Amino acid sequence: MDTPRRLISALAITAVLATSGCAVNELNRGDSSGTLDGTLDGAGSSAQASAQAVWIAEIQNANGRLTVNYEPSGSGAGREAFLAGGLDFAGSDSALTAAEAENGLGACVPGTGAINLPLYISPLVIIVNIEGVDALNLDAATAALIFRGEIRQWDDPRIQELNPNAALPSATITAVHRSDASGTTKNFTDYLAQAAPNEWQADAADAFPYGGESAQGNSGVVNAVTNGRNTIGYVDASRAGDLTIAALKVGDEFVAYTREAAARVVEASPLEEGRADDDLAIAIDRTTTEPGAYPLVLVSYLIACREYPNPADAELVRGYLSWVASPEAQELAAEFAGSAPLSPGLAARVLAAVEGIR
Amino acid sequence: MTAPAPDQTPAALSGQIEAVQRRGDRVFSRIAVGAGTAILVALAAVAVFLIAQSMPAIWASEGSFRGTDGTFWDYVAPLAFGTVWAAALALLMAVPLAVGIALFISHYAPRRLAQPLGYIIDLLAAVPSVVYGLWGITVLAPATVPLYEWLAENAGWFPLFAGPASGTGRTVLTVAIVLAVMVLPIITALCREVFVQTPTLHQEAAYALGATWWEMVRMTVFPYARSGIISASMLGLGRALGETMAVAMVLSPSAIISFAVIQSENPSTIAANIALNFPESAGIQVNALIATGLVLFVITLVVNSVARWIVSRHERSLESR
Repeated sequence: MDTPRRLISALAITAVLATSGCAVNELNRGDSSGTLDGTLDGAGSSAQASAQAVWIAEIQNANGRLTVNYEPSGSGAGREAFLAGGLDFAGSDSALTAAEAENGLGACVPGTGAINLPLYISPLVIIVNIEGVDALNLDAATAALIFRGEIRQWDDPRIQELNPNAALPSATITAVHRSDASGTTKNFTDYLAQAAPNEWQADAADAFPYGGESAQGNSGVVNAVTNGRNTIGYVDASRAGDLTIAALKVGDEFVAYTREAAARVVEASPLEEGRADDDLAIAIDRTTTEPGAYPLVLVSYLIACREYPNPADAELVRGYLSWVASPEAQELAAEFAGSAPLSPGLAARVLAAVEGIR
Repeated sequence: MTAPAPDQTPAALSGQIEAVQRRGDRVFSRIAVGAGTAILVALAAVAVFLIAQSMPAIWASEGSFRGTDGTFWDYVAPLAFGTVWAAALALLMAVPLAVGIALFISHYAPRRLAQPLGYIIDLLAAVPSVVYGLWGITVLAPATVPLYEWLAENAGWFPLFAGPASGTGRTVLTVAIVLAVMVLPIITALCREVFVQTPTLHQEAAYALGATWWEMVRMTVFPYARSGIISASMLGLGRALGETMAVAMVLSPSAIISFAVIQSENPSTIAANIALNFPESAGIQVNALIATGLVLFVITLVVNSVARWIVSRHERSLESR
């Protein structure tokens, strides 16, 4: 796939972002004259929960007779309910497989299949809490060895080498992972498995494959890292708070996490092969050497039918999804949920796919 | 006891006295029987539900469970171990402390101090377990880290305190401390009740024989209260076994069986595991969680039966004396 670098566009988005600083309850334009009328039911990814809440509040304000429901019941539950025909759309941290997407599905017109739309990009960060250290550089191999429990001390030469100027203490590392199955773990382990296959020696998985300290949910990991001593963990970037965030080695330089850097790696990644043109499942290229790209991102999808039995439903889904793909909605999510806005190129492809929904 | 009947019925004349049944008696007896039956029906319903829902998981093939490649028994073993282990550690800390507090209140403290102290202990029982969990995760766990590091360094040769120590303090020992605080009030309150009932005659007899205060307690209060202490401990154990929220919030769980109490990897408990994994489970995993609930049901039943047996054996030995 052709992936032009749209650095300038990304900068333009940042500029727009900086100028939009209003709270959710101020967004009511008092315009309830929108044309969308009816009810949409969605469920799935809990990572999308706060973004969905903002998107829904805004579109319902603009369309007085529209109701959109989103239940953050978990990606797996969302996909299952969608495949069983109970939902109009699903949110999921992993795309439907090509086979699932092309087969006849509950709520869709038989034989038409479903499409995956990458609409929520959330950067993940490695957070650390080490006495006397306020900046840390890591590469994938070292991170893999730390989280596997192979590197046990902060003053290990392999860490020291990446941080020549840091005063790393001679203390035991406590690496905290998620105890629950989660898309965050899947994307984190996918990064380690792709970028450091020799060191990590496991596949990407929802459940963390090795032992060590564990905690429930993003908040549990943040809590454990904050309250512990000489700890390290991985969470959604929006949850990192004041903790020290490790910079990751990409190519020959260390990249600190920014939303733009996260969006760039998605932009630079190819689509999964063997899928229809409008089925936009992204194979994130974690081994990228693109300058300034941050490879540790979670891409969460909205999953919808290509064809709905009821044209009115199709219109509602088109209306909602094209709103979510719009720059305004992406900026809102960035502001309130800490996500990275879609790059304009990807947003255009998503919009084209959404327009094809019948 | 029934009041003597005002009029003589034929049955009474023939030698058999039959109590008069007024409406109040009939209503009350039905309510009492109904209440007694309801608890049995509820228990049976729970058991039937657990067994029916557990069957698919118990017979499921290997590898269908989270965190293990084995069968259901491989899945439940670390959880059952963790449940009993955490509760036992908690009891080990709570019982001596509770007996001491109860003794202080019943036999040592001046009356003006004893009563408020009793109220404060009872108040501990009214704190919701989620609050204990918050306290454990934000205050207790970070505070224990230096202690655990010291233990790992200086007492690491002892298997219980083997290192490396957890850097967050979210270990089974911290959980046991939280559980101990939670079960303290129930054990203390029951022990105090029993200690207070020690016959004054026994105590004065002990003093008359020249016993000191401690000898008096050992000779009269403890023998008299032994079955009460055991019952109280078992009630506390029951609460510790089933405690969910505090464990789920504090512990760093792993699917392992380990006696080390200050490491990052700790066996989880059945109740906490159900609470943490239920939202993300589907299909056979839900059955597996319910089946672990059945195992907890059985463990609790066994513990209670053993306690009953100990108490009844002790009572017999008292009578035969």
